[in-house]
Amino acid sequence: MNKIKLIIQREYLTRVRKKSFLLTTFLVPLFFIGMYVGVILLTKKSFDETHAYVYIVDETQEVMEKLNSSKNVTYIKENLDLTTQINSRAKEDDKMSILHIPKDFYATEKVDFLSHEKPSLSIEAEIKDTLNSIIKDKKYETYGITKDVRRSIKSNVSIQSKEIKDGGTTEESNTEVAMAISLALSILVYISLFLYGSQVMRGIIEEKSSRIIEVIISSVKPFQLMMGKIVGIGLVGLTQFALWIIVSIFLITVVGSSLVSQEEFTSHVMESQGQKMNASEPMSFNGETFSEVFQLLQSVNFTEIIVCFFIFFLGGYLIYSALFAAVGSAVDSETEASQFTMPITMPLLLTYALSFGVLINNPHGAVATWLSFIPFTSPIAMLVRIPFGVPTWQIVVSALLLIIGFIVTTWIAARIYRVGILMYGKKASYKELIKWFKYKS
Amino acid sequence: MLALRNIVKQYANHRALDDISMDIPEGKIFGLLGPNGAGKTSLIRIINQITAPDSGSIYFDNELLSPKHIEQIGYLPEERGLYKKMKVGEQMIYLAQLKGLSKTEAKNRLFYWFDKLDISTWWDKKIEDLSKGMQQKVQFIATVLHEPKLIILDEPFSGFDPVNAQIIQEEILALNKKGATIIYSTHRMETVEELCDNIALIDKSKKVLDGAVKDIKKQYQNQTYHIQYKGNLPVELETNVLYELLAFTAQEDMHTIKIKIHPQYALNDVLTQLIPYVHIYQVQEIVPTIHDIFIEKVTQTSHLHEQN
Repeated sequence: MNKIKLIIQREYLTRVRKKSFLLTTFLVPLFFIGMYVGVILLTKKSFDETHAYVYIVDETQEVMEKLNSSKNVTYIKENLDLTTQINSRAKEDDKMSILHIPKDFYATEKVDFLSHEKPSLSIEAEIKDTLNSIIKDKKYETYGITKDVRRSIKSNVSIQSKEIKDGGTTEESNTEVAMAISLALSILVYISLFLYGSQVMRGIIEEKSSRIIEVIISSVKPFQLMMGKIVGIGLVGLTQFALWIIVSIFLITVVGSSLVSQEEFTSHVMESQGQKMNASEPMSFNGETFSEVFQLLQSVNFTEIIVCFFIFFLGGYLIYSALFAAVGSAVDSETEASQFTMPITMPLLLTYALSFGVLINNPHGAVATWLSFIPFTSPIAMLVRIPFGVPTWQIVVSALLLIIGFIVTTWIAARIYRVGILMYGKKASYKELIKWFKYKS
Repeated sequence: MLALRNIVKQYANHRALDDISMDIPEGKIFGLLGPNGAGKTSLIRIINQITAPDSGSIYFDNELLSPKHIEQIGYLPEERGLYKKMKVGEQMIYLAQLKGLSKTEAKNRLFYWFDKLDISTWWDKKIEDLSKGMQQKVQFIATVLHEPKLIILDEPFSGFDPVNAQIIQEEILALNKKGATIIYSTHRMETVEELCDNIALIDKSKKVLDGAVKDIKKQYQNQTYHIQYKGNLPVELETNVLYELLAFTAQEDMHTIKIKIHPQYALNDVLTQLIPYVHIYQVQEIVPTIHDIFIEKVTQTSHLHEQN
């Protein structure tokens, strides 16, 4: 027992002290937050790029005042006729365009859009919509339908989904948020099972190819070495998760606050620009969406998710790392390993792929339920289902099956491992592996 | 010290060890000899409890070999290997701890050894930054650091330059003097006679020979002599009832014959016959080397196999 502790310690410390560990610990959250910031910045940038400034030449003398600048289009209202407008705008930059509304606009429902470049589809659609509603308004008016009538006709049904809990109480739920969390969990588990599982495999191949294995197992039992390695690397994984959470929280508070102040700043700038242009509305990201998202997140049971994440990640890790260990012991090099890693990771890959379809669309259906019980698929399938609410008995049964699965897999893997680590130059086949498994110890 | 009784190890389609029994006496250097693939490594792995025999038993100090003996055995495998990315000192401590030493004890002993072999500057180096010979030296220390009663060395000199090989050889002898029993597995015969008290020869999974080196050599002395003389031997003496002429060389007027005397006669009988004709300068008995015995035995068994 003491020796297994020594092995765990070595496996853990050598990895945690590596520069690459520190690097990933800080870079991964930075990468994700950077991506998030990048998306915000890109949206802002694309706003500038797709935004259109449209000079209006209105011959009807009444449409112009109904045109209001929006997020994407700024209408510049000048009372000039078409030719002067074209002449004065011809030399200006590409973003300028002219909307010519002819006298017979209401009859023909046709306008001319003059620009250097073809307008983007969204701009075209928006202008079309605006003009359509102007025509509609006009028609309502001619048919004598008042605004009040129209308002009373309008309807807007909203669905408030509530979850029935075991105790008979209901709880507000939000499908989109659950979906987002499910997918995040699926991706996280999939990537980390692969990451740490293959680290176990690589560690074993390293021991085998550097031939230190013989020295070590003249001191400890192969099973101790295998379990020591699996547990040690598992602890590295847990440390990494814990650090990611801490680093992310830190970065979000720091970056988040600086981002907010920057937003305020940019919106001020735009406001002043807008005033100069004498037309556009000030643009800003409203705080409303933020608090809304925050509220939705609060409705999610994070304690349950985190506890289940650790249970199912650990269970899945123990099963798959045992399989990876068996593969690592059977081969002499990593290139040789791929023929075995493919089949053992198939269930994982399959569940991962399904999590974007069947599992998330029908989290309580037969496929999802069955997959969340099978030990090889439950680490992903169950975690995908949990944000949608899963009866406690199902979680417990699935976790128990996972533990049984882990014990059986480890037992099989250990039997292959103890023979495999001493085999050199022998091309391992499935037949060979079965033979190794049957050797008596 | 170590007694092996009827060890059998069967792999899928070949028998690696076939009914091997031998005794390794306490405090001796025991040579485990055999050509490649004879089963030496299989046997060593069984003694190290890396694998288990299919049948047969091993006694360590008259007790059935069990995991508690691991700490009293030091093993230097033929295929050397250490964690390449780990630092020398740290790795040595780890390996010593696995053999049951405490951290401080391991450190103290390491300082002693590193000082003795003049490698203290390597402590913080990574293994991969050491040369192959340096790595071997480090691994040798790792093998003996926990002061095992039984040290198993599989080709300990391979990869060493002559100077370092000499240093290691001296260390092995010193450890032996302090009471450690040593199993020395090799196919380099010249060192066997220098080091070993006892040997066992394994070939084709079977033990073909074992015993004290002295006794074995005596057993293989077959009355072969070099006789150097001046003068001419009469023709009738070139083949003779007393002996068989194996070789004849002449250098100016000095002649040398190599003869094998038939078992029922002695050297004196031959000399009485020769003296009347020639002037004898030198008589030397040809004692078979372990090397010769090894080759003879191994070729013999392969002939037997061919006949079968």
